[in-house]
Amino acid sequence: MANAHSATSGASGVLLAVRGVAKRFGDKEVLKSLSLDIAPGEFITLLGESGSGKTTLLRLIAGFEQPSSGEIWMNGDRLDIQPAHRRRVNTVFQQYALFPHLSVRDNVAYGLRVKKTPKIEVGGRVDQALKMVKMNEFADAKPTRLSGGQQQRVALARALVNRPQLLLLDEPLSALDANLRKQMQSELKSLQREVGITFLFVTHDQEEAMALSDRIALLRNGALEQVAAPREIYARPATAYTAQFIGQTNLLKASVKAGIATCGSLKWPTSASDGSTLFSLRPEAIQLASDVLPVSARWVRFRGTIQQQIYGGASEQLEIECGAGQPLRARIPSRAALGRDQEFSFSADEVVQVKS
Amino acid sequence: MYSRAYKTLITAPPLLWVGLFLLLPYLLMFAHSFWLVRDGFLVHEWNLQNYHKLIANPLYVEVLLRTMRIAASVTLLSVFLGYPLAYYLSFHAGARKELLYQLVIVPLWVSYLVRGYAWKTILGSDGVLNGFLQYLHITHEPVGALLYSPFAVIVMLTHIYTPFVFLPIYASLEHIPRPLVEASHDLGANRLTTFLRVILPLSMPGLLAGATFAFVLSLGDFLAPLLVGGPSGTMIANIVQSLFGAAYDWPLGAAISVCILLITITLLSLTERFEKRWSFK
Repeated sequence: MANAHSATSGASGVLLAVRGVAKRFGDKEVLKSLSLDIAPGEFITLLGESGSGKTTLLRLIAGFEQPSSGEIWMNGDRLDIQPAHRRRVNTVFQQYALFPHLSVRDNVAYGLRVKKTPKIEVGGRVDQALKMVKMNEFADAKPTRLSGGQQQRVALARALVNRPQLLLLDEPLSALDANLRKQMQSELKSLQREVGITFLFVTHDQEEAMALSDRIALLRNGALEQVAAPREIYARPATAYTAQFIGQTNLLKASVKAGIATCGSLKWPTSASDGSTLFSLRPEAIQLASDVLPVSARWVRFRGTIQQQIYGGASEQLEIECGAGQPLRARIPSRAALGRDQEFSFSADEVVQVKS
Repeated sequence: MYSRAYKTLITAPPLLWVGLFLLLPYLLMFAHSFWLVRDGFLVHEWNLQNYHKLIANPLYVEVLLRTMRIAASVTLLSVFLGYPLAYYLSFHAGARKELLYQLVIVPLWVSYLVRGYAWKTILGSDGVLNGFLQYLHITHEPVGALLYSPFAVIVMLTHIYTPFVFLPIYASLEHIPRPLVEASHDLGANRLTTFLRVILPLSMPGLLAGATFAFVLSLGDFLAPLLVGGPSGTMIANIVQSLFGAAYDWPLGAAISVCILLITITLLSLTERFEKRWSFK
């Protein structure tokens, strides 16, 4: 393992390397031999349901837990054998974990002071960090007097002032209400571009992951399901689980024979090999046939009955019964009421083969 | 919401209790301290003679100072024993936490007197400790100074009050959110720095409460000096007891009691101010 690593440790492009890390709590295996490379400067999100192991992985990197097996490397040094306080990693905690007995200023200065940074430098860096998160007016306040969003900013400043190589964020926005959340998302993204620090973000919210990340690492039961950029993971989900977890989808169980997939009354050309295969078709890929102009061989047309039509402002959600074994969900641009029987169409390129 | 009659009914018993058993006795004590005894009879003549005697007689001042020294020693020792115990239980005991907690609490159910006599048998000339010291050939004859000394009083009171100090400290440590400790490590602080900068300040209210318990309760204790103190271990409460008993000088006894009360009230108001400074809710 160590040899295999030394071959890659010198290579640029890897800040943090997780190598075969497993974590057991008693009999329960929370992480199953997981490997992941993180590039310097990237915004990577660990996405997963509760119990998927995402927070455990973050805590292993922060140093609050020890891996049961495997190694973690940062910049070519073993990280997992160092105590938490020596790691050049800082964490923004889910409930912020601000020190209640210290003012905002002293909270932000804490990391610099315990590392014996010269006094003159501390003052300047703390002010700068507080300005960066627009909290300089609250420097003398006690954290308990602040709102959730303000505490969030202080927690960010307290972590970033130490100029970590890697910032870990443990569901930092989950305690905020919806509006503030959206606002903090965009601030977080621009802050990350500004400071250029690598962000490892943990969330269970797939929309948040899509909005913020350069790459998403989807975890399921302690193993990586798929690691890819948001657009790719959405357009090309590798598994049925990914397709269902990220966005909505129609899962079609089809039998393939000689380049043609058949699912009930639906048929479409595919490059998949013969046999029984799962496919994912996103709701927005299904259109009214009358809306689709270039009708080529790659476009599949089918007739269906609209069972339900839900108006959603810019779009409408349809449930279509078309003899595919289950009703298909479609999302089309809003329009006046439709007749029950319609002709629909989708491109065979939009149908993605997924592993079950 | 509630009717006036209901409110009166519900507040009357505690008010009556406080008035009858707390305020009235204090008032009587305060009044007594300004009266005097003449020819073996209590005379209701207002004067400052008792307070004058108290200051003029070096015996009272000496015993009062000794009492405060003993109380301070007991406080320090119980904090130094109780804090590490509470810290270990709260942060490192893991699954044994409940059991250890019970072990600390159990001695509180044992009668004060029983514990006092236990110390007598441990510290006495032919007691357990002396036997052990001789067995190890550390001493060749019994050490007499173990029992009937201020030392014995301090040992016994420390044993009795350490759980009282332990409890509020343990409670305040249990209330520290664990992510704060992780945050401190995360920001580069080692265990010692984390303790000094986060855990100790946040457990200060519990520490102050425990220390106040130990000091105030020791200050007024008269059983420990009676059982293991001997003449050199006499404390102020013993003097008050004898003044109200055999010596039959209630006014002087009341004057000393007023002094003890004043010391206690001053201390309580001081710690309350500190506690306010250290609380963050």
